[in-house]
Amino acid sequence: MTTKEKGTVLDDVQIKRALTRISHEILERNKGAKDLVLIGIRNRGDILAGRIQAHIEDIEGEKLPLGVLDITLYRDDFTSIDYLPQIGKTEIPFNVSGKIVILVDDVLYTGRTVRAALDEIIDFGRPREIQLAVLIDRGHRELPIRPDYVGKNVPTSDNELVEVKIKEVDGEDRVVLRQVEVKDGD
Amino acid sequence: MEIKTKDLLGIENLSRREINIILDTAETMREISERAIRKVPYLRGKTVVNLFFEASTRTLASFSLAEKRLSADSINLSSSSSSVLKGETLLDTVRNLEAMKIDFVVIRHSMAGAPHFIAKRLKASVINAGDGTHEHPTQALLDLLSLKERLGSIEGRKVLIVGDVMHSRVARSNIWALKKMGAEVSLCAPPTLMPYKIENMGVEVFIDIDEAIEEKDVIYVLRIQKERQKGGLLPSLREYIELYCITPERLKRAKKDVVIMHPGPINRGIELDPRVADGEHSIILEQVTNGVAVRMAILYLLSGGKSGEVAEE
Repeated sequence: MTTKEKGTVLDDVQIKRALTRISHEILERNKGAKDLVLIGIRNRGDILAGRIQAHIEDIEGEKLPLGVLDITLYRDDFTSIDYLPQIGKTEIPFNVSGKIVILVDDVLYTGRTVRAALDEIIDFGRPREIQLAVLIDRGHRELPIRPDYVGKNVPTSDNELVEVKIKEVDGEDRVVLRQVEVKDGD
Repeated sequence: MEIKTKDLLGIENLSRREINIILDTAETMREISERAIRKVPYLRGKTVVNLFFEASTRTLASFSLAEKRLSADSINLSSSSSSVLKGETLLDTVRNLEAMKIDFVVIRHSMAGAPHFIAKRLKASVINAGDGTHEHPTQALLDLLSLKERLGSIEGRKVLIVGDVMHSRVARSNIWALKKMGAEVSLCAPPTLMPYKIENMGVEVFIDIDEAIEEKDVIYVLRIQKERQKGGLLPSLREYIELYCITPERLKRAKKDVVIMHPGPINRGIELDPRVADGEHSIILEQVTNGVAVRMAILYLLSGGKSGEVAEE
């Protein structure tokens, strides 16, 4: 599968603004930082969760507990993929019971990753509430899941890809829309 | 990110890269056993048969827990309660099991090569849980994981394996595993329990334990296998204790931060003094904890993807 870049959806400044706004919205909706914890989905959701943590600390002066989730063992598509994903560590160094969990991911698409993440979080305890924050919502949901906080809604077609690049992983902060080019024999 | 075989039969044919993949995966699996709900849904609907033709506590419990923590369904069969007593052959036993639709066979057998024999004839993945005096690969892998956890790296470490090397599948798997990871391996045993030409495996051989102990980072104590000592290879257990038991006095000649390992079950006071087994140098219980994680990693890695190809070694 080859892809071609179609344009920039968000640049570094716009990503920063979106995350700042989401941080304010989280605090506004929950009336402060009490009982809030952040859990980011590997790879990239965890880094975005770390940035939201820093923004909230700037705004509210409180550093929220931060966890990382690897959802590999909760996927529902093992019978249809032909490679084995490398498992990353899940690290949730706090008790989620009774907390308001802000689940963070980079792109919301079919909703299947979020479904897996919800199942995994519940294996750690019983949170009071789970809210979902994503940088990009590109539509095409296959499950009844909706985000509570969105950086940007990007209507896409099925043969497009949204690629979130994060400085810590990819060397730059940028969200790119790509076109999938279908070749003969592909 | 794949192990290119259907089965885990031994360490001998694994590459260093594959061993590292297994250890990295096992490290991530360790955390699952610390959760409120110690279970992930990954192997839901898969079936594992634990086929144990020899006695086992640790290995069987460890495999069973690994299977349950990955949500597999598993059953345990032992030779004393199966049709083996009625004269059924090994091949017939496993073919019948496969006819009931299974995905993994974990096998322990007193004959070297038994897992290899059935692996060639089954579609299910076969995991060797100990075959005669040949190999015990998951033991060696959990030993590597425990050493990595304690020492940071295995490269260049000096490891001494002491005891009944002759009858030990743990020793053989560990020699291969440790050498692939860059450790220097030496062996120490009474000459009657040291296999002929074992130095061809690239190990240094000692007879005198007090000489062997010096400068070692790790002392791996093997169990004296009383059930395999029919040939008069040891004059008496008392003599073995006198000459080879790892005691606090003997340990004074070793490095200050030496690590003590044992695959279990321990014959307390024979190969290992209880004060050493329970002392600060011992990582024997960490080995047991890591056993579950390593076996989860093996089940995960062998289940890989949809291809399910039978890769020839």
